[in-house]
Amino acid sequence: MVKNLRVKTSKFIDETYKISFKFNGTTYYGYKGDTLASALLANDIHLVGRSFKYHRPRGIMTAGSEEPNAIVQLHNNTSRTEPNVRATEVEIYEGLEASSQNCWPSVNFDIGGINNFLSPVLPAGFYYKTFMWPASFWEKYEYFIRKSAGLGKSPTKPDPDIYEHKYIHCDVLVVGAGISGIMAAKTAAKNGFKTLLVDEKSYLGGSTIYQNSELFKINNQVSSSWLEKEINEIKKFANLEIRTRTSVAAFHGYNFLLARENLTDHLPLDQRNNKTRQRLLKIRAKKVITATGSLERPLIFDNNDRPGILLSSAIEKYANFFGVACGQKNILFTNNDSAYETAISLFQKGIHIEAIIDNREDIDSKLIKETEKNNIKIYKGYTIINTTGYKRINKIIIMQLSKDGQKVVGSKKSITCDCLGVAGGWTPAVHLFTQSGGKLKFRDEDQVFIPNKYPSDQISIGSCNGDFTLNEILSSIPEILKDFLNIKKTDYDNLEVQSSFNKSKRNIWLLPSDKIIGKTKPFVDYQNDATAKDIKLALREGFRSIEHVKRYTTTGMGTDQGKLGNMHALGIISETAGSKMGELGTTTFRPPYTPLTFGTIVGRNVGEYFDIFRRTPIHDWHIKNNAEFENVGQWKRAWYYPKNGENMHEAVQRESKAARDSAGILDASTLGKIDIQGTDASEFLNRVYTNAWSKLSIGKCRYGLMLNEDGMVYDDGVTTRLDENHYIMTTTTGGAATVLGKLEDYLQTEWPELDVYLTSVTDHYATISVCGPNSKKIVSTVIPDLDFSDESFPHMSFKNAKIDKIKCRVMRISFTGEHSYEINVQANYGKSVWEKCIEVGKEFNITPYGTETMHLLRAEKGFIIVGQDTDATMTPIDLQMDWIVSKKKYDFIGKRSLYRSDTIKEDRKQLVGLLTENPDEVLEEGAQIVADVKKTPVEMLGHVTSSYYSPNLKKSIALGVIRGGKNMLGQKLIIPMENKQINVTVADPVFLDKENKRLNA
Amino acid sequence: MFIINCPYCGEREQSEFKAGGEAHIIRPKQPTELSDDQWAEYLFMRKNIKGIQFERWVHTHGCRKWFNVVRDTSNDDIKAIYKMGEKPPII
Repeated sequence: MVKNLRVKTSKFIDETYKISFKFNGTTYYGYKGDTLASALLANDIHLVGRSFKYHRPRGIMTAGSEEPNAIVQLHNNTSRTEPNVRATEVEIYEGLEASSQNCWPSVNFDIGGINNFLSPVLPAGFYYKTFMWPASFWEKYEYFIRKSAGLGKSPTKPDPDIYEHKYIHCDVLVVGAGISGIMAAKTAAKNGFKTLLVDEKSYLGGSTIYQNSELFKINNQVSSSWLEKEINEIKKFANLEIRTRTSVAAFHGYNFLLARENLTDHLPLDQRNNKTRQRLLKIRAKKVITATGSLERPLIFDNNDRPGILLSSAIEKYANFFGVACGQKNILFTNNDSAYETAISLFQKGIHIEAIIDNREDIDSKLIKETEKNNIKIYKGYTIINTTGYKRINKIIIMQLSKDGQKVVGSKKSITCDCLGVAGGWTPAVHLFTQSGGKLKFRDEDQVFIPNKYPSDQISIGSCNGDFTLNEILSSIPEILKDFLNIKKTDYDNLEVQSSFNKSKRNIWLLPSDKIIGKTKPFVDYQNDATAKDIKLALREGFRSIEHVKRYTTTGMGTDQGKLGNMHALGIISETAGSKMGELGTTTFRPPYTPLTFGTIVGRNVGEYFDIFRRTPIHDWHIKNNAEFENVGQWKRAWYYPKNGENMHEAVQRESKAARDSAGILDASTLGKIDIQGTDASEFLNRVYTNAWSKLSIGKCRYGLMLNEDGMVYDDGVTTRLDENHYIMTTTTGGAATVLGKLEDYLQTEWPELDVYLTSVTDHYATISVCGPNSKKIVSTVIPDLDFSDESFPHMSFKNAKIDKIKCRVMRISFTGEHSYEINVQANYGKSVWEKCIEVGKEFNITPYGTETMHLLRAEKGFIIVGQDTDATMTPIDLQMDWIVSKKKYDFIGKRSLYRSDTIKEDRKQLVGLLTENPDEVLEEGAQIVADVKKTPVEMLGHVTSSYYSPNLKKSIALGVIRGGKNMLGQKLIIPMENKQINVTVADPVFLDKENKRLNA
Repeated sequence: MFIINCPYCGEREQSEFKAGGEAHIIRPKQPTELSDDQWAEYLFMRKNIKGIQFERWVHTHGCRKWFNVVRDTSNDDIKAIYKMGEKPPII
């Protein structure tokens, strides 16, 4: 029988709107306005999950994003399934299905719970210590560890939801819409600042909005009523934008913040279709006001993790905001006045309080008097030393604290209960502030870290700045805002505040026990099961740095990033190590503040939008003709065109043979093209290429090699002189953008006196390369009005022409060693000209070939590919391309480096050809080349850079780089492979047509 | 991520720009006259300052213009921005 713990009606809950949801397969009911946590608590369910290491039963602990225990899996077994969701943040909706994590077979009976009893042998660092030896066993250990570790399950199918990114620029960003944030936002908006107010919750007003106590008043109104009016007013400002359900994940330098806005997660499933689920806001604010509030601290004592133990402030919120009693026999345990606020709230709602345990002895305040009036028993100067109840707390055991707070005295007393609220004081939520680079200082009097130095134009206000009481908040904010926004007055300059909070607090990081520490389990990090005992063990084993202790014990490393327990960890470390708090520093708070979904991070950049695809104008033809594609940079290039079920090798062999026997056609549109104009264009080329350019006559083409200033080959390509002061340069496909960037760099910064203009025209032209003995017949038919005689149109020359009315540039240049032409036409005519070439070429069996055949053909001819046969350590001399390096030119980029002591060494790796002893054996690219396999260690001489079976030479050919290879022609070397050794002979890298007969045929 | 005030386009996000290393390293006019050591000094040796550094930046995803930036490398504070060829400010 399910109990209903819903108490007096709350205005934040719509009891006319009933919602059904499933938790671990059982259907429950809640109301609109409930979170999964509040709805479960209303159904008297505390046990929600199991802890990570010991599989201890755990319940809901908080009412906010700091929740360490109540993390659930949503939408199990669907593509929308989401692990590690905090039940305290999920707004319930019709159709919600949630289940417990980290337990098997069920949360009520979890086999892993045995770890709890094994805990004496599972101390901090257990895995580090145990699974180290023998090293070779790690793979076996890992299998079992992986199986039992991990929180939740990832979806296995693509995320069906829509996400997006949005940029926001504002004058003032206010993070957090509690009382401080509301005051700041109103003040900023009223003074004309373009203001953005964000809050992670679905409502505005923070924790003040559900304070109904007569003991806290502003201008003689109950604080929540006063705040409600303020909220109504800020909604009227046109220059104030409010975004709720928006959690700031990261605060980067220069006021750049990332926030996640949740748009549909609270809607019934059938209302979410085609709507954006979450939005990543990229906010650039001139000024940032952080009003992120504070988090209540738990108290650290033996068995402080049982279901039914919550933060006192959470119990108050469940009662006041959700109208839910967390238990029927409540006990509060505190070291400060906050628990009495909770007590009064509970009393007002008619929720029974069994007792209050206060570790302070001599205390008195208006709040306490008020509480005592209601006949609530207060144990002053007491502490809890233990609790009982496996799946739900049922008893606490208390003892008196000694005067110095170091030990317990007197006799034990036990009190039965079904819920315990703990109030350990408050920790300012300085996470965002420190992410932005802000430096903290430690305030001794109440043991908190507060903002000290601001790295950008920002300010922290309210309780995240260490002002915890209503009095402090309301009196400090007007002055801070006036100064920060540079204004003369605010609406809050003369507020009358009535607050009954006494600031006294007795801070004891680890409460004493009647047992030795080794026999207790005082949890510091609930999610990762790190106890005070583990921290002390780490210190005993010699760890001192807070960062090391964190990693060794895993304190603060869960999905909650230790929001609750980090301060206690620091406190226990400094106490044990005898250092002062503040001197130790804190561990780094890293973004995101609360976990982000991958969908939000990626936004719309999914599927085909993940990266840009560049397609040539002839792309559709390749698809129609069955091409396989290869990615070259962002380009999709036709790789090969399999016919009749050919595999890649068969297709490439056929294509390569056809290109040399008759005619081949290649889409070369992806080659980088840079248009170079200006009166100093020739001089510019002289400086950037290794060879001489001033004497190149108009209408001629020249191959050029470009070096880095360190003398290493950077790019290559053919450049054509179109006119006196006009060139067109081609670059490698992958190098186009960087070459242009490099040339611009030199032009703008080294040689600004040169009259040269560079324009990228890669996308403007389609380039069609027709090669083979019949290429002239085909191209001259496609372009009938042009003189194709060798005298008029020799190799390495260029002509303007027309195909019908289409203007084109025709170059007679070759990357295959065959007689060949490149036709360049305006991109949008590319496909029609290509199709015309195919049509005309039919009688010559014109064969389209892809990049793989191109690579094979050029390797037969010994032409290098920059980036395949070179790797930024090869000079032109290493490539045996001395012929292209001008001796006459006084200077060019990289020239001086070619005779540095290092680059003139004889034993540098040099490019050579390789022929295998068995002509059918094809080498593996990347394979190592050695001379002597018996020598130890084996001396690596070099490696294979390109390797193919040549159908035209009917043998295997390869290029490689070998130390001192230039002088090793004819020498026999060995390529050791996994199961064999391949014998090779060093050869000339030009395998075919050394005399260039084919080029000039 | 900081904001750079491009002297040609105005304030833009850092992601539109690319850093080009230390500024005011002039390419020797007569490299062939230099010893290996002198050339290596130009080629390889760069300061790596924690603090005020004079750097080159280019507005890659914008006007493609190079310019100089004086930046505090410890906190990305930009002290000055000036065009190529202009005299570096005294900071």
